Amino acid sequence: MSRVLIKGARCYGEGDPVDVLIADGVIAEIGSPEAAGDTEVIDARGQVLLPGFVDLHTHLREPGREDTETVESGSAAAALGGYTAVFAMANTDPVADNAVVVEHVWRRGRETGLVDVHPVGAVTVGLAGERLAELGTMARSEAGVRIFSDDGHCVADPLLMRRALEYSTSLGVLVAQHAEEPRLTVGAQAHEGERAARFGYTGWPASAEESIVARDCILARHAGARLHVCHVSTTGTVDVLSWAKERGTRVSAEVTPHHLLLTDERLATYDPVNKVNPPLRADADVERMRQALADGVLDCVATDHAPHAVQDKDCEWAAARPGMLGLQTALSIVVRTMVEPGLLDWRGVARVMSERPAEIAGLPDQGRPLAEGEPANVVLVDPEAGWTVRGTELASIAANTPYEGMRLPAVVSATLLRGRITSREGKID
Amino acid sequence: MRHLLTTDGLDLADATAVLDTADELKRTLLGREVRKLPTLRGRTVITMFYESSTRTRVSFELAGKWMSADVVNVSAGGSSVGKGESLRDTALTLAAAGADCVIVRHPASGAAHRLAGWLAEAGTSVVNAGDGTHQHPTQALLDAATLRERLGDLAGRRIAIVGDVLHSRVARSNVHLLATLGAEVVLVAPPTLLPAGVAGWPVTVSHELDAELPAVDAVMMLRVQAERMHGSYFPSAREYSISYGLSEARLRLLPEHAVVLHPGPMLRGMEIASAVADAPQAAITEQVRNGVHVRMAVLYHLLAGEEEGRGS
Repeated sequence: MSRVLIKGARCYGEGDPVDVLIADGVIAEIGSPEAAGDTEVIDARGQVLLPGFVDLHTHLREPGREDTETVESGSAAAALGGYTAVFAMANTDPVADNAVVVEHVWRRGRETGLVDVHPVGAVTVGLAGERLAELGTMARSEAGVRIFSDDGHCVADPLLMRRALEYSTSLGVLVAQHAEEPRLTVGAQAHEGERAARFGYTGWPASAEESIVARDCILARHAGARLHVCHVSTTGTVDVLSWAKERGTRVSAEVTPHHLLLTDERLATYDPVNKVNPPLRADADVERMRQALADGVLDCVATDHAPHAVQDKDCEWAAARPGMLGLQTALSIVVRTMVEPGLLDWRGVARVMSERPAEIAGLPDQGRPLAEGEPANVVLVDPEAGWTVRGTELASIAANTPYEGMRLPAVVSATLLRGRITSREGKID
Repeated sequence: MRHLLTTDGLDLADATAVLDTADELKRTLLGREVRKLPTLRGRTVITMFYESSTRTRVSFELAGKWMSADVVNVSAGGSSVGKGESLRDTALTLAAAGADCVIVRHPASGAAHRLAGWLAEAGTSVVNAGDGTHQHPTQALLDAATLRERLGDLAGRRIAIVGDVLHSRVARSNVHLLATLGAEVVLVAPPTLLPAGVAGWPVTVSHELDAELPAVDAVMMLRVQAERMHGSYFPSAREYSISYGLSEARLRLLPEHAVVLHPGPMLRGMEIASAVADAPQAAITEQVRNGVHVRMAVLYHLLAGEEEGRGS
């Protein structure tokens, strides 16, 4: 197996620059190792070495919408974004609600080999919210599904959610909820508030998220189950999560990069590239998301990377599909919103983008310390560099980035998966 | 003006110019046997309606025809829209076919703005004839024209807008235009029919119609759509009518000079009593009449070249 020597990087952006030798898929030596003959050397002066990122929430669109993303193109986007593991949501076509589909996605991930692709299984058959999918079969399949979610849809029926949570405890798996009370969001297009009122968009009220999160925290506690809350977007949800965590509920939560940066001010563009579910919220919510991520009430960042075809975005707002690309921009947005204002240091970035998500998902070889003998799933970041986002230049087939033309800080200069370079200097290796 | 998409941000000078032109056109046409001005000869105006409409479509069509424009009507049902063509492609097709102005009504909020973006290169003007629950600027302009006729300058006047504000593009358009013209607006509705975030609007809000009527110069009644009846926005049509309908008794609470407006179509007996709709205070047919002149004025400002004089 090839050897890589990373020269002059600072682990977690702390201490003196060190040389890190990676061999046989593990971190072999940290300090001043010698480069042997066939060792690939990366000049990493001024750069930060972090454990590879783990995304609990991504849409790879395969099978079904290969015109917008495939496991291959999405894996490339992930590697370029510094990810070494991603969880592919179940709302494909056909839905990943059975062992055949999850094994297909898992196998395509292995074939591509740029990032560990872990399929998420659906909680209910066809995401219809009516009866449980075969969670056990999917968990025991070759794909080894460990997270289940109807993401895109809420498991709204409280009895079904209760059963799912109870059942999950026997499998040691995690239910991740897309918290949206559907009766409160009929026809919803945008965050219910002053701006939606002005632009005439049907409001998506904060209460639709908060009421489900509160309910599910209570259900999880009674079931003795773990619960994960997808894409938290409101101040009230943070309050509910604080309360639940204080009383010992085993709940974890993620926030997306876009909910850390963008607000419903974007409605003024009329451009559905800014349409996403849950919607972009008010300024105060964004502020609270950042604070809660710093405090740990929100455990991690997850992209909700959602590729969409041009025709599904270049239309009137109500007809557009919700979602935005996120894998390649996530780190830069976290740096802009969390590192630059001093809310997180690089060790904090490692926590919210790698360690906590790996822990939540139960991945034994991800989010590990940068220490000798640990698996070499790492990312090298140039904190001083910047780049300008161009949707068409991203690795995804779709180009629906809300950051088009924006100059963002921090560049992923290399990603290594089990010691193999998967991306380097913005190119797939 | 390049487009007319919204009254939100329409400045006082532009609004006043349109209203003054509408007055002028009305006077010019008054008593004429042949209501035809040559102003827009050779210009092509296409109306594109994705929602059914009688008065607005007819009003725009007449406005174009009275100014000698070539007017073509496209309705969603009988066109390639029915075959699944996207709004963007339909718009580009109409522009390529030679439209100087596209007048669009669409059920999606923001559709007219999207259209204006897509047609920027073609140089086609867009008039918003109602987009979802967002805006219907020519309705607000014709309401303002009607109010000016009855009340004079609107600065300092107090106008009540009553009913389903939540779903009303007419209300949104009027709130902004009336604020620009210096009028005070009070929205009167049950809390269920007011948008969350209304606090940021340049209005006051009330749930008591009787308390507001004695102090207003005009009251604008909004239509209650049938589908709201079953959405638990209010318990029953009867209770709505009792609480927020403009009855004959309520008409008597208004000052003598007050004007009653309704954008139509009316639900007589629901939001407005039949006798009130036909009372001298009601300016409902004047609204329709002014609608044509206001839309002529809008087309004039969008399409008539600088070198051409006013249409007389």
